[in-house]
Amino acid sequence: MSKTMKTVALVGAVAASFATHATTATAMEKEKCFGVSLAGKNDCAAGPGTTCAGTSKVDYQGNAWTLVDAGTCASIELPAMADGTARMGSLEELDRDLPAS
Amino acid sequence: MFDHSNTLPPRPGVGYKPQHFTEIMENPAPVGWLEIHAENYMGDGGRPLAQLRALAERFPISVHGVGLSIGGEDRLDPDHLARLKHLVSWLNPASFSEHLAWSTHDSHFLNDLLPLAYTNDTLTRVADHIDELQEVIGRKMLLENPSSYLAFEESSWSETDFLREVAKRTGCGMLLDVNNVFVSATNLGYSPQEYIADYPIDLVGEIHLGGHDEDHDDHGAPLLIDSHGREVADPVWALLDITLAASGPRPLLIEWDTDVPDWPVLAEEAVRAEQALAKVDA
Amino acid sequence: MVTQTEFEAALLDAERPVPEGLVDGQGAPAGRRYAVYRNNVAVSLSEALETAFPAVAKLIGPENFAKAAGMYLRREQPGSPLMMFYGAGFPEFLASLEPLKPIGYLSDVARLEMALRESYHAADAPVLDPAVFQGMEEEDLMASRLGIAPSVRIIHSPWPVLSVYNFTMIEGSPQPQPTAEDVLVARPDYDPTPYLLPKGGADFVQALQQGQSFGDALGAAGDDFDLGATLALLLQGGALTDLKRP
Repeated sequence: MSKTMKTVALVGAVAASFATHATTATAMEKEKCFGVSLAGKNDCAAGPGTTCAGTSKVDYQGNAWTLVDAGTCASIELPAMADGTARMGSLEELDRDLPAS
Repeated sequence: MFDHSNTLPPRPGVGYKPQHFTEIMENPAPVGWLEIHAENYMGDGGRPLAQLRALAERFPISVHGVGLSIGGEDRLDPDHLARLKHLVSWLNPASFSEHLAWSTHDSHFLNDLLPLAYTNDTLTRVADHIDELQEVIGRKMLLENPSSYLAFEESSWSETDFLREVAKRTGCGMLLDVNNVFVSATNLGYSPQEYIADYPIDLVGEIHLGGHDEDHDDHGAPLLIDSHGREVADPVWALLDITLAASGPRPLLIEWDTDVPDWPVLAEEAVRAEQALAKVDA
Repeated sequence: MVTQTEFEAALLDAERPVPEGLVDGQGAPAGRRYAVYRNNVAVSLSEALETAFPAVAKLIGPENFAKAAGMYLRREQPGSPLMMFYGAGFPEFLASLEPLKPIGYLSDVARLEMALRESYHAADAPVLDPAVFQGMEEEDLMASRLGIAPSVRIIHSPWPVLSVYNFTMIEGSPQPQPTAEDVLVARPDYDPTPYLLPKGGADFVQALQQGQSFGDALGAAGDDFDLGATLALLLQGGALTDLKRP
């Protein structure tokens, strides 16, 4: 069998396994579409002019940057990439990397 | 195209939040209409528009713009005008409203409703922009009074006279935000009741109510913040009664945009709005 | 007279004095009353970024995120009132921040989050009926063009970007391993979903997006390409809209 013939057979087999799936998805559309898993994340959080910050002191730093804490990246442990590119760091490693200032 | 008349019913409405979709569809009472922020429905598709289509089958919708920058010194953004025109034409909402404020300058959208000096120049600019918008969307809009934290030394008009004059020049109607009246009056030291007495009440097509936070200025004077993050305050309900006595029943919206509560809490505010409406004669 | 240029400049730069001519109800200088507008702008834009990039916020922690967001919003305000698209330049901005450079994958995680948001708001499209493939001749298939849904996005990454995203956002996800990952974002029904693409899958989908024929896309995908797995993902994700025969 030629390579392209294999492709035709493969595509047909994959498509066949989805043939019934597609109809189910369409039928379920009405019920499923009104979940709100992402809606809250994508809606504007609030209308303009409606934050509760009031006159409170908001941190207006310029371009100064001091790292104050570490997020979950500190728990991601990765050795050097297989291809030798720069290793994944965590914020904890910054102390070593940053020039003294 | 949805078949509702081009006016909102004189009943309670709420600002629509996606997390309330199911409850609103199942048991909306006493909510008779919904308001959406225009800009949240200017994506190309997906769930927001699917939800809006379903809501519009069932409820009159008020489209409330929060980003046109009607008071801006720059010309209105033609792209944004086109988006508004598109939304209004496919949705055919019962009402369209925007703010007496600016939010865009030099193509930067600042995501806030920024204040205007009430001068002749501002009046001309605002009226021109409203004319342009109404021309583009093919219908009259309602203009909402802002909540103010400061004033401009150069202002030569009172806010109520300014609004009346804009309406006279453009034919637009008014969206009276009673909480904004209370917030601005407290912050700038005038009587909210007198404001209502001076206001062009006959032009009111919709009333807004929302919660505010309390803060203070450099001198310890009270400074109220229009946060939309809690229940409507009691003195604002009292001011609403005075307003409705003058205006008669009007579409009455509860706005709750930050720290949005579960549906029953919001519905309870709508019940209170319904009670306020029941006190006045048509 | 206070121009909007002056008003805006002082909003975004708290080092500047409050513009003259802004007063309280008694005509005294407005002072901290002006801070309400400063805060509304800074806090609302910062919160919009936090809402848009929850995985980035978790990875670097809320305080570091607030600093990054504060710097970004002063450099780049939304270009339109469509807040759902704010932050398109944020991934690149994160990559430019010296203190964050050791977290090499951070910018790619941000790109993935932006892609999920774009997908959520993308235009609706019909879903291809898989039956169209049945009984096709080899030549027809190779010369056909498959339509890709507007909600589809591809993230090419030298980092395990999806594993890091899942590890951050879904409790119980395994530790990321040091491998490159390409991600397909598709939107079955209305929920954007990231799928890990097999080798060559990203090139294949991108070729289809550019309007290349099935055969040419297959060529672009290279020799180790797993067509079966990629096609299954595309069908599962509702990523295919139509098939145009030659």
